[in-house]
Amino acid sequence: MSTAAVTLPQRTHVRTLSWAIPALVILVALPWVAGEYQTILLAYGLVMGIAALGFNLLLGYTGLLSFGHSAYFGVGAYTVALMVKYLGVTSMELFLVGAVGACVLVTAIFGVACVRYTRIFFGILTMALSQVLWSLAFKFFWVTGGTDGLRVPTPTLLGVVAGKGDKIAFLATAYYYYVLAIFVVCVAVMWVIVNSPFGRALQAIRDNEVRAAFVGIQIRKYRWVAFLVSGVFTGLAGALWVPLNGLTTPDIMHWTFSGEIVFMTVLGGFRSFTGPVIGAIVFNYLKTYAVGYTVYWQLLLGVVLVVLVVSLPTGIVGSAERLWARRRSR
Amino acid sequence: MLLETRGLVKQFGEFRAVDGVAFRVQDGEVLALIGSNGAGKTTLVNLISGLLRPDAGSIHFRGADVTAQSVHERIGAGIARSFQLVNLFDQLSALDNVALSIFSRQGKTRKLWALAEADRPVWQEALEILATFRMDAKAAVPAGGLSQGERKLLDVAVAYALKPKLLFLDEPTSGVSTREKSPIMDTIASVVRSEGISAAIIEHDMDVVFGYSDRIVAMHQGTILADGTPEQIRRDERVLTTLIGTPEAR
Amino acid sequence: MDILAIHLLNALLYASVLFLIAGGLSLIYGVMRIVNLAHGNLYAFGAYVSAWAVGGVTALVTGGGTSAPSTALLLLVLPAGAVAAAAVGAVLEPTLLRRFYKRAEEYQLLVTFGLLMIIDDVIRFIWGPYPLSASALFENFGSVTVGEVIYPTYNFLVIAVGGLAAAFLWAFIYKTRFGVVLRATSQDMRMSAALGVNVNRVYVQAFTLGCLMAGLAGAIIVPSQSAVLGMGVDALILSFIVVVVGGLGSLEGALLGALIVGVVREAGIAWFPEIELAVLYLIAALVLLARPAGLFGRT
Repeated sequence: MSTAAVTLPQRTHVRTLSWAIPALVILVALPWVAGEYQTILLAYGLVMGIAALGFNLLLGYTGLLSFGHSAYFGVGAYTVALMVKYLGVTSMELFLVGAVGACVLVTAIFGVACVRYTRIFFGILTMALSQVLWSLAFKFFWVTGGTDGLRVPTPTLLGVVAGKGDKIAFLATAYYYYVLAIFVVCVAVMWVIVNSPFGRALQAIRDNEVRAAFVGIQIRKYRWVAFLVSGVFTGLAGALWVPLNGLTTPDIMHWTFSGEIVFMTVLGGFRSFTGPVIGAIVFNYLKTYAVGYTVYWQLLLGVVLVVLVVSLPTGIVGSAERLWARRRSR
Repeated sequence: MLLETRGLVKQFGEFRAVDGVAFRVQDGEVLALIGSNGAGKTTLVNLISGLLRPDAGSIHFRGADVTAQSVHERIGAGIARSFQLVNLFDQLSALDNVALSIFSRQGKTRKLWALAEADRPVWQEALEILATFRMDAKAAVPAGGLSQGERKLLDVAVAYALKPKLLFLDEPTSGVSTREKSPIMDTIASVVRSEGISAAIIEHDMDVVFGYSDRIVAMHQGTILADGTPEQIRRDERVLTTLIGTPEAR
Repeated sequence: MDILAIHLLNALLYASVLFLIAGGLSLIYGVMRIVNLAHGNLYAFGAYVSAWAVGGVTALVTGGGTSAPSTALLLLVLPAGAVAAAAVGAVLEPTLLRRFYKRAEEYQLLVTFGLLMIIDDVIRFIWGPYPLSASALFENFGSVTVGEVIYPTYNFLVIAVGGLAAAFLWAFIYKTRFGVVLRATSQDMRMSAALGVNVNRVYVQAFTLGCLMAGLAGAIIVPSQSAVLGMGVDALILSFIVVVVGGLGSLEGALLGALIVGVVREAGIAWFPEIELAVLYLIAALVLLARPAGLFGRT
């Protein structure tokens, strides 16, 4: 009884750990090495990494390209802001629970409509739904603060650590580690999900929908669950983002922000697990430094996206893997 | 009686692909479904397996009316199929393809919180199934890299892994070299018969049809033309003129 | 009664514009099976170019003295937007989009999404963040009395253009030789190629025609409503509602869908100004639930 096929995956796990552990060490050590500004910048990157990770469950693993993920990011962020405004909550844990709960509700409803369709109709429907939420955030300005948005003070972490006094120091140390911890948990959870039988079923649906149906997989139901999980991850990212930003405004629910999520995922490589995370972190740096140079940020994004799709469709991670494989075969 | 259709009709615009068909399959039999192109064979299989909804008529499987059931429910009831144009997950290995059927059959595809690779019994069974189909040596090869004959066998193995009671095979030897046809059909036939699975095979190759079936159903222009043992069909005038050509000189 | 007539006219106005945009989108999809996410921004581009042309000519003519530009002159300049959009399309299809026909659809969506972002910022770069209007032309037409109410005469021109476009397209596609070639290629590209049709040329011609329609929509509406940033994406989403209702790939569907959406939107604005968009999405959802390919669509 050959076990070759079963032991092979274990070898890739060892290889994964060989760079994952050093990366984790670097992430943990960062606040001691780099300054406050750099640490907070990376915190933003990790948050977007969680959002992109969630987004890619739909794109890379289920084959559904959503142009409306900003909606869930926004639901997460606004849930936190509204909990502050109306309930006076300060606990980060409660914020996260609230954001996840709200996202489950919104994605469950949106998902029912969206998963009936694929490809372009799916894309447009997701885009339209997020635009509806965006316009609602404007219309109901007495609730959401309209264009001014809503302010959110620094939260209490684990009921103990509070950002009294130096806000920047708080964000660069305690909050950074909080985000990092959640980031690690999210990566681990998503990793298990994509390697589970469910994850395999999703990939089957992506690769050959008819065959997947004839192997007994209920296409729509599985897509709906993937939609739910994907939206919740992105919403969680939104909730983590608000304390960093101090403020939430409607533009995080606008389609242009969805475009950024799509972009960072494609940049990193949507056919790999780590691609979206790498893409998000790289994009975060790109945006921070480029915004200083030009107002025409969208133009730059658009041009790079087109160039990526034309010549580097596997993104950073995919291209790096190919280069690595070529070097090893020499 | 394992499967019975009553007055099954399927229309595409003006064209009646299946026109009032009463098709039956008994427990444990292997039957061949023959007919020229456009006779309605694949449409009939598409209706029974659930890919298409009938415009009229009903389908009964093991005594229950399954006409309104989804593909997923029919597979659960025990109907599985392979495809005329091989339909596999080409990027996945042969082993992965079969394993997916097993995961699905066991309801494990609903589990998000478990590692697929860790489920040893599933992989063991997948390897055993490949061995039954004499493909265990190719377990790690991506489905897209197999020969046409191997792909056809894998398509059958993937359907077989669902442990069906009734297996529809849509042209299992089409595109396969003559040399490979007999081994493939021998394998399929022995697997199916030893497990007591009923099989309905759509075939154009008359050697395969007469060599492997207990019963032959001939279709023509959406209806069943003739239904009988290979001997009866071989002598049937209508079948001979519409399908085989000129009446045999005996 | 007069108010009803006004609402009807407004609905037709909206439908005319939507038909042109959605019709262009549908035409391109019907022939080439690609969906151009930047299509709405070509409509916006057409609006901006036309407003700029009209504004430019007005400034040129009035610059010297007190003479106002003639309506005829302005009308001559108005279609500049349509021509510009068509030119962009004619360049984009062979250079950028053609290589994506054979690739997975995600890549098509991604590249046209990139184009959407590029065109959005190009518009901002050229014309800035403020609305651009061509109201001189609009005012030149004056208004007409409908019962007790005054209605702008220019709007009748828009409705007329919409109707003429529908008629012209129908004739073009069903009565001309090019139309036959177009329909053949859309049904079976390989067969057409085997029969000697220059498929690449058909592709670029179809794409250009689709972009022309979008640009024309922008051109004719801009005297009535200023060109603003964001109009492209709104139009994109609305034209998708039209093709969802009418079916993607069908011109009759685009016409019917545009009429339905136009009427519903007008009714929505009249009775429930707040939730107008939601009503449209609801209609789209209901149509999709009943007939996933739309009323006329091909999958």
